[in-house]
Formats: sequence, C-alpha cells, structure tokens
Amino acid sequence: MKTFYKKFSEKFIEGLLLLSSTITTLTVLLIVVFLFKEGLGVFNQKPVEEGFVIALNKQNPVNKLSSAQLKNIFDQNITNWIEVGGKKDSIILFRMEDITNYYSEEQIGEQYENLPQCISKVVDSLPNIIAFFSTKYLDKNFQGKQLDIDKISFKEFFSGKEWFPTAQPSAQLGVLPLILGTLWVSLGAILLALPLGLAAAIYMSEIANENVRKIMKPLIELLAGIPSVVYGFFGLVIIVPLIQKTFDLPVGETGLAGSIVLGIMALPTIITISEDAMRNTPRAMKEASLALGASKWQTIYKVVVPYSISGITAGAILGIGRAIGETMAVLMVTGNAAVIPHTILEPVRTIPATIAAELGEASNGGLHYKALFALGCILFIITLIINLTVEYISNRKKYNNR
Amino acid sequence: MYKIESKNVDFFYGPSQALKNINLAIKPNTVTALIGPSGCGKSTYLRLFNRMNDLIDNTKIAGQVIIDGDDIYAKGVNVDSLRKKVGMVFQKPNPFPKTIFENVAYGLRVNGITDKKFIEERVEETIKQVVLWDEVKDKLKKSAFELSGGQQQRLCIARALAIQPSIILMDEPTSALDPISTSKVEELIYELKTKYTIVIVTHNMQQAGRVSDTTAFFYMGELIEYDTTKTIFTNPKVERTQNYITGRFG
Ligand SMILES: Nc1ncnc2c1ncn2[C@@H]1O[C@H](COP(=O)(O)OP(=O)(O)OP(=O)(O)O)[C@@H](O)[C@H]1O
Ligand SMILES: [Mg+2]
Repeated sequence: MKTFYKKFSEKFIEGLLLLSSTITTLTVLLIVVFLFKEGLGVFNQKPVEEGFVIALNKQNPVNKLSSAQLKNIFDQNITNWIEVGGKKDSIILFRMEDITNYYSEEQIGEQYENLPQCISKVVDSLPNIIAFFSTKYLDKNFQGKQLDIDKISFKEFFSGKEWFPTAQPSAQLGVLPLILGTLWVSLGAILLALPLGLAAAIYMSEIANENVRKIMKPLIELLAGIPSVVYGFFGLVIIVPLIQKTFDLPVGETGLAGSIVLGIMALPTIITISEDAMRNTPRAMKEASLALGASKWQTIYKVVVPYSISGITAGAILGIGRAIGETMAVLMVTGNAAVIPHTILEPVRTIPATIAAELGEASNGGLHYKALFALGCILFIITLIINLTVEYISNRKKYNNR
Repeated sequence: MYKIESKNVDFFYGPSQALKNINLAIKPNTVTALIGPSGCGKSTYLRLFNRMNDLIDNTKIAGQVIIDGDDIYAKGVNVDSLRKKVGMVFQKPNPFPKTIFENVAYGLRVNGITDKKFIEERVEETIKQVVLWDEVKDKLKKSAFELSGGQQQRLCIARALAIQPSIILMDEPTSALDPISTSKVEELIYELKTKYTIVIVTHNMQQAGRVSDTTAFFYMGELIEYDTTKTIFTNPKVERTQNYITGRFG
C-alpha cells in the first residue's frame, strides 16, 4: 500500500512538472506566433485606410502613387503633377469637405443624398484633381479613376524616414527613425554606463575591503529593483532641466536625457555581472602577477580584466539589452519625436516608447495596430540577437576555463 | 653575511597566531627546505619573504625580516621592487591565460622593458635554463594551457627567473607533478643554486634530502630545529624532528 502511494505521488508530481513546463513552452510559443502573425500582417495592408478612396480624373496619366508621394501631395510639398510623372499641371486637392466650394448645400441635399454624384462630377470636370473621400460616397457610375495603391512593402517599412501612422490620407510607416532612435539612445547609454560600471566593478572586486563591499553590493542590487517609472521621474525632474540649462536648449527632453537615464538603469547589470566575473579570477593568477613585481593596477588590467573579459562583455550586452527594451523611463524623458536624430541633443523616439504611447489609440486590427506589432517583432529580434550573443560568449568562456 | 634573516618573527591571521618567534638565517646560494606537518606555518613563513601575506586582510607581523641587510617590513619599502628581487613558484602550476612566450615575458613587460630583441633573447635564455626549450620552441605562440602540468610548472619557474631575482621561493613546487617531471624540477633546483638563493617548502622528505643544504622543521607555528640537511636527517637533536622524519620515511 505504502509503495503504491509513493509510486502514485511520484508519477503525479512528474505529471505536474511535465504539464507546467509544457504550458510555459506553449505560452511562449503562442506569444511569439501571435506577435509575428499580427506584425507581418502589416505587409498585407495598404497605407490608405480601408473605407477610403483616392481618385483622379480619367485623363490623368498617373496611375500609381506611393505612400510618401500621397503624403507630400496632400501636405502640398508636391504641387505639380510633373513631379510624380504626370503632365505639367498644378495639382488640385480635393477633400470631402471641399465639396461646398463647388456645390451648395441644397444641391448636395439634406441627407447628403446627392453627394456621390456631386463628387463624381467634380472629379470628372477637373483634369488635375486628386480626391480623397469615403467609399460611402463613391457613386455607382463614378466618372473618375480610383487610384491603385500598393500594399506596404518591406523596403518602404524599413527605409522610410517618417513615422506618421495616423496621417491622412496615407499613413507613413517608416521605422528607420524609431530603430535609429532606439540604437542611438542605447549606444549613448552604454557609452556612459560601461566605463562607470567597469570602474565600479574593479573597485568592488579588487580594491574595496570586505566591509565596503558588503555595503556597496546590496545597494547596487537595490538599484536594479527600482521601478522604471521612478527612474523616468528622476530623469524628468533632474536630468531634463539640467540638460536644457547646460546646453541652452529649447527643450531638455533629448536623446541624451534618455541615454543618461538608461545608462543609470544599466549600471547594476553591468556592475554585478562583471564584478562576479572579476572575482572569479583565480587567486593564484593574481598572486603570480604580483609576485613578479607587477603593481596592483598592472595586475588588474593585464590579468584580471583579460581573464574576465567574457563576463564583462556579457554584462555590457545584457545592460544594452535592458536599455533597448526599456519603455517607461525613456518615454518620459526623450521627447518622443519620430524623426531621425542628428545629434544627441534632439528629441528622439524609441521602439518600445512608440508601442507604449500609441497602442492605446490604435484601433484593434487596423493598420496602425499591426504596424505597432511589427515594431514589437523588430524589438523581439533585436533582443533575441543580444541574448544569443550573450549565450555564445558565456559558452566560449566555459571552454576557455576548462 | 646572510641573504635572509628573520628575527623574532610573529605572525597573526586575525586573532590566531600562525608563527611564533621565528629566528632563522639563510646563507646566499643555498637551498633551504622548510618541512613540517600540514598547517604548521611553512607557507605562511615562506610568503613573508616577498610580502605575499600583505594581500590577506587582517594580518599582522611582528619582528624583523631582513633581506640583503634591509628590513623588508620597514616603512617606505617598495613592495613591487622587493618582489622583483624575490621570485616565487607556486604549488599548482598557474600560468596566465596567455601564450607561452608572453607568460615568460610578462615579468619583463610589467617592469617597463619594451626592447623587443632584449625580451626575445631573455625569454629564450630562461626557457632554455629550465630545460623546456626543445619542447616548446615551435609553439611559443600557443596558449600556455596546452602544456602538460610538468611543463607548465617549468614554465612558471622560467617566468620567475626571467626578471633575474636573487631569491626564489618555492611552495611545494612538485606536489602536483608526476615523478619524471618532479625529478626534472629537482635537477633544475640543483643547478639554480649556483646563481640563486632558494627556499623550498616540501612534504617530500626524499626531495628535501636530495635538493637542500639546510632544513628547517616547523611544528605548530614554531621553528623546532634548523640545521644542515644532513644533520636533520641523520642526527636530529630534538625528538619531535626525529619522529616526524622517521614517520614520513616509514
Ligand atoms: N588566509 C588565511 N587566513 C586565516 N588563517 C590562515 C590563512 N592561511 C593559513 N592560515 C592558518 O595558518 C596556519 C598555517 O598555515 P600554512 O598554510 O602556513 O600551513 P602549511 O604549513 O603551509 O600547511 P600545508 O603543508 O598544508 O601547506 C594554519 O593553521 C592555517 O589554518
Ligand atoms: Mg602550505
């Protein structure tokens, strides 16, 4: 009886463990699949929102316009058809509300019952017109030609320099400024955090006595536990005004502010991991160096740092990893302008900040929503690469230590 | 004139005393063996000569350690230069994770020597001195970890010799080696005697008998007996020495 219970409970626990690991694995897989399914969906969409039409006069030789061209036309940056491959004529813009310039309210009708015909006539009568209106008002015998609009292409998505996902008539989904913004801010963060973190790690592992270390280490680990909003708040209240004053800028919310805040956030990771690596340097190795008359500093940079270089690299990369994925603090201090930054003293916007800021206003399943998921995919791939790099480096370390 | 002298040396790890009133004098160009049961303070004593114990927190020394006439624990002594003069070989081979060449060149480089030709010559010369040259001359650019344990230990001796110290401290240098490597190292010690003063800690009585001129027997932090090796092994004055040595031989 006893053995039966034992066997039964063993089997039961085994089953539970199997179940929970299966569930975890499946959940992770599901999330990834969902992310990519939604994200890749963006390439199945047209930049012009569903339910809207862009129409030209039948005589207009132009048959295709890119998303960027559309935006520039409606922003009046492009004012002549010749610039987009048509005849040399000025472009006439037509939005739905412009109908009142052509027809009186009576003619349109109280319930807009004549609006489709009116639009059709306007488009037909003006050879240089470009009209943007709802499909609801598309006349059955529409006299213009509807513009063929391409789906969003990979190339457009990754090389586009503008991110205006809600622009009318055509959304601009260039992720380049966001990717660059993310990389800039992270690079700046690591440039600030690496020397500082390395110095602190060297101090803690090689110089500080045991008592100082016993105080410092938990403090630094505590730094890792502070919620990121708090860092963001600190950045907003202290660093942003400081930057604004020091560099005499109109606004202090800049890439630099983001880099500083992220740098501080990456410090604990860098310090703890590289300090552990340095402390793992065999005592015998350090003693051998000192016994040869090397000074403490020579021993540190000729023996300790080279010996623990893979740990230090891993710490730095994990630090960057944290910086790249960080959302809240960055959102609060970088100014969030979706333009390609030229200096660190300009506002920038990162991928995670974009997702956090915009997901609320993106309609479920729409273009904007899918574009944000695509951003999520990009972020996922970046962090995956980072994790694989760390994996690779720490494996190499195992091999070297034998 | 003695090379090394210690006068009334006490040593403490925190509250516990590891060495009690050690008086001992070592002549130049001799090999001195430190023997005694485990934990009796041999390593602690050896590491006083190049101030290696300074690295351990909460330690304290009293008395004097005099090398070449100077108290090495006096104020203002440059420890780095002391360690250039007093080389050390450790129990386990501990090469740096660098090439064979760079291991031997390390001591030269940290002492500010940059002349490439000089370094190359000195490295070759010292590797030949430890009779390792034929075994490694084709793989100087390979990692030192690719050598066998015995080869690594001879490399570590070469590393210590490269900066031309006048004293070499060895803490059980052959305890991790096979018999053939051990006898190679012993031969080496015998030859090095002409140029260096050597202090060696060993648990191997045959080894002490083979390589040393004088022997010091330690017991629980005290120096029990110090005499020529011949006397210690054949005619010790203290019974405890006798017991230890016969015990170890038997
Ligand atoms: N770092 C240390 N901190 C505190 N006590 C130590 C330390 N190193 C050694 N001791 C103590 O000092 C005493 C002498 O140790 P030591 O290493 O000198 O002995 P040993 O004679 O070399 O022994 P073995 O033959 O085992 O190497 C021992 O009681 C040991 O516990
Ligand atoms: Mg010892």
